[in-house]
Amino acid sequence: MNDLIQSVGEALRLLTSLDPDLLEIVGLSLRVSLSAVALAALIGLPLGAAIALFRFPGRQALVVLLNALMGLPPVVVGLVVYLMLSRSGPLGVLGLLFTPGAMIAAQVILVLPIVAALTRQAMEDLWSEYEEQLRSLGSTTARAIPTLLWDGRFTLLTGILAGFGRASAEVGAVMIVGGNIDHVTRVMTTAIALETSKGDLPLALGLGIVLLTLTILVNGTAELVRRWSKDWAG
Amino acid sequence: MLKHDLTRRTLGGRLLTAAAGLLIAGGLAGVLPADQARAQDKFITVASTTSTQNSGLFDEMLPKFTEATGIEVRVVAVGTGQAIKLARSCDADVLFVHHKPSEVKFVEDGFGAKRHDVMYNDFVIVGPADDPAGVKGMKDVAAALSKVAGAEAPFASRGDDSGTHKKELSLWKAAEVDVASASGGWYRETGSGMGATLNTASGMDAYAMSDRATWLAFENRGNLEILVQGDERLFNQYGIIAVSKDKCPSVKADLAQSFVDWVVSKEGQQAIADYKRGGEQLFFPNADKAGS
Repeated sequence: MNDLIQSVGEALRLLTSLDPDLLEIVGLSLRVSLSAVALAALIGLPLGAAIALFRFPGRQALVVLLNALMGLPPVVVGLVVYLMLSRSGPLGVLGLLFTPGAMIAAQVILVLPIVAALTRQAMEDLWSEYEEQLRSLGSTTARAIPTLLWDGRFTLLTGILAGFGRASAEVGAVMIVGGNIDHVTRVMTTAIALETSKGDLPLALGLGIVLLTLTILVNGTAELVRRWSKDWAG
Repeated sequence: MLKHDLTRRTLGGRLLTAAAGLLIAGGLAGVLPADQARAQDKFITVASTTSTQNSGLFDEMLPKFTEATGIEVRVVAVGTGQAIKLARSCDADVLFVHHKPSEVKFVEDGFGAKRHDVMYNDFVIVGPADDPAGVKGMKDVAAALSKVAGAEAPFASRGDDSGTHKKELSLWKAAEVDVASASGGWYRETGSGMGATLNTASGMDAYAMSDRATWLAFENRGNLEILVQGDERLFNQYGIIAVSKDKCPSVKADLAQSFVDWVVSKEGQQAIADYKRGGEQLFFPNADKAGS
């Protein structure tokens, strides 16, 4: 109990002190996770929409696979990406291991199935509603994709935020491929793991509260953007 | 009316598109530039153990090296077993761990040219203050462990193939206790780092073996205290090896060698001796410059 109260004090201290080391860690967390989410959205939105709208052999199996991949264990993804990027692995020459780039790559793999699977479902629902109408206007399936993505943008935003939640909260993948190197690859979650292993539980939990605050800020910003754009749209 | 709606819709759309565009641009920008800027810096990657990092030693000594040479040191702190695997996969330039037999094998296998002693401290057996196994103050660690086993008092083991874990297993062997058969019973393998294992031990009032440095720096001790220390079998030697360029062409052999040279030099050894927590010295320098 004492630790819990102390950790709230610790969180307030961290949030008000604007300690440069903390800001660096927060900055890297945001950079890594937002980059991963942006890349995953860039691939996942069109991919999910395409799977929703086109009919091809093995589609059902692909849908099941995509949904299942939402449950990819971060530590397994971390391990696979490590083996790929290790100097003795196939992509070792890139020299990406233990850099933020490696962490972004691992998180893209974690976030992509979430964005693609949620997009697939949202697009399938919209398509069943609007297919006839769009076809009567002479739209092809491919041409319908941007229209539907735009129409479902608010639902898709929630899917993207779910992906961000996954990326900013996971520790297993970034720990392995980043190495938790001070000033290079240390992010919020790996810093929390480190302080926990030092037995400094109030600081660890304090960092956890800071991370939660950060996640609330990102989601709040997304909600504001959604509202403004809805208000403007009347 | 309709026209008005359309205008507004476009504005709203622009806002959302702009926000999405910013996010994607920011995301893409985040992937590259800072890494490239960093890649021009001189740096080496050191695979080391959790004890050196969790105790705070690296925070104290590495800035001194960087100041003297301009070389940044990036530490990946994992168990000794995993650190050796990282170095064998050519993912580290220097190996800085504490399990001499594994280190000697690493050199024999050609992954490093030379191993240097760097420093030592010792392991301690910690346990709950009320000491159900009655080992407090014992000097013979093997006898103490067999008492813990006899009492079937909970013992939290690293269970992670780390240097500390290997040492602990060798002590159980000396005590002639078969811990494998007790695993899941009174013998509990956490499969995690020293700090995490101490957290577990603290939570369940279990005995555990820790290196002294991690213990001194550890803040969540609960009821735990040092019960057994001073047996010469609890000696804990750290060694350093620059990874060989023959096995790993990608290593930064020159920079790695400057780090090894500095660590065993007078300045490096002094930096190790200077590091204290709560007035106590955590590591004792004993470098052999010649190496073996």
